[in-house]
Amino acid sequence: MSALTDDLPLLTVDRLGKNYGSRIGCRDVSFELYAGEVLAVVGESGSGKSTLLSLLSTQLQPTAGAIRYRMRDGSVRDVFELSQAERRFLMRTDWGFVHQDAAQGLRMAVSAGANVGERLMAVGDRHYGNIRHAALDWLGRVEIEADRIDDAPRSFSGGMRQRLQIARNLVTNPRLVFMDEPTGGLDVSVQARLLDLLRGLVADLGLSVIIVTHDLAVARLLSHRIMVMRQGRVIETGLTDQVLDDPREPYTQLLVSSVLQV
Amino acid sequence: MTTLHPGYNFAYLDEQTKRMIRRAILKAVAIPGYQVPFASREMPMPYGWGTGGVQVTAAILGEGDVLKVIDQGSDDTTNAVSIRKFFEKTAGVETTTETARATVIQTRHRIPETALQEGQTIVYQVPIPEPLRFLEPRETETRTMHGLEEYGLMHVKLYEDIATHGHIATTYAYPVKVNGRYLMDPSPTPKFDNPKMDMSPALQLFGAGREKRIYAIPPYTKVVSLDFEDHPFEVNKFDKPCALCAAEGVYLDEVILDDAGGRMFVCSDTDYCETRRAEGHRGEMLGEAPAFVSREPAE
Repeated sequence: MSALTDDLPLLTVDRLGKNYGSRIGCRDVSFELYAGEVLAVVGESGSGKSTLLSLLSTQLQPTAGAIRYRMRDGSVRDVFELSQAERRFLMRTDWGFVHQDAAQGLRMAVSAGANVGERLMAVGDRHYGNIRHAALDWLGRVEIEADRIDDAPRSFSGGMRQRLQIARNLVTNPRLVFMDEPTGGLDVSVQARLLDLLRGLVADLGLSVIIVTHDLAVARLLSHRIMVMRQGRVIETGLTDQVLDDPREPYTQLLVSSVLQV
Repeated sequence: MTTLHPGYNFAYLDEQTKRMIRRAILKAVAIPGYQVPFASREMPMPYGWGTGGVQVTAAILGEGDVLKVIDQGSDDTTNAVSIRKFFEKTAGVETTTETARATVIQTRHRIPETALQEGQTIVYQVPIPEPLRFLEPRETETRTMHGLEEYGLMHVKLYEDIATHGHIATTYAYPVKVNGRYLMDPSPTPKFDNPKMDMSPALQLFGAGREKRIYAIPPYTKVVSLDFEDHPFEVNKFDKPCALCAAEGVYLDEVILDDAGGRMFVCSDTDYCETRRAEGHRGEMLGEAPAFVSREPAE
């Protein structure tokens, strides 16, 4: 895959930190993410993984460190030095964000087709037929029947909403997608189907993904690399299979062994 | 000029308030389509009756002005009559129903059929100035969207129209882009009137009293109605001419005549219709008034 042979990192995170007053949100997080790579961030509640994701997606301002992103034109920019207009443009073209609660990432009152088409219209597509065609195409790719295109996501099941949210994000061919517990709140069989779909899309499109999850099975299935967080710090990082099969840190060992084996 | 009612300042508002509103108007004219906040006052009428338009009119009215007030195109419905009387009483200005004679026209949801001229000012009463409001409820967010010219969301609304109805079904408050920059709600005028806003020689002012916003289109400014390439903007079309004056290419109101499906379509602009009838145009349903009915309304 050509995307993987790119020798420059897509995203470089350098000693990123965020304090909430005297409390630590996260501290000293550094990593590089290459095109086509899937990174899982795992840890228990309060370990700082959500703070990290908010920082990465520029929803929070860091108190220390920097994030550099290689733009589509090849230039490397510090994302916090982008103007508000540039950052918002990045968020709706080259980046995607899949929320745990689909209602946060979708417009619940407008149809599925308009949800998918919104990003296209935001970047200036003014041809109804083309927008509709792209929406149909993407609904098909996330396994939503074409005859649901004019239904509002209110009438969709949890799994369908999540798939619609993914389609809405991917329609502009982003290179980097953030996912916050994308399978949270879904039952096991729906989770499995969604994971299957995600795995296929990520591989087909060569997406880079940063996925935050507390579910080690999700990390195992989707990610190439894993970062284990505890109390705001990264305590262990490595290839997913390596870390999960042979955890080095006592806390990671505890985390891995606390997964129920059926 | 009628005698001024004692106890009122000219045009009801005090001079400081009028200056404040004029400053907002100047800013609005300088940035076409931009919603300028202003300290809207309580007016002696309820919100929704045109408190925004009345304040703008009060701020721009001079003693020599001739005022025309219309409500849905009509000079003689409650809202128009009340506002006209209000200014007769508090400003003592001359009022008229003739579009061509008026220097200031306050309107609720129509632009007169007679083309406006240079030197005329039309004041619109606006209920909700923010075109993105029903799509994005947060004011902070809509302001950012205006600031960064992020107007994709408005097309989501038009997309929904086509997906649901097969065509753009928005018939009033049809969103426009002013001077290639700001997205603007032309107040709930029928989209039939949108093309009249484009390159109009008259100054167009918009006042929203409850929402405390003023915006403007200066004379000869480009106003473009939003659309899709494959679903271009179209104005409403009517099958028949006006039933009273036989005018074509004008905006018609439907009037229900009985409970058996009888109806007629007549000009919504009453002044235009009356002028045409006086010129001898006759629609198919125009009858003769009985002899005891005076043909000239008492002035």
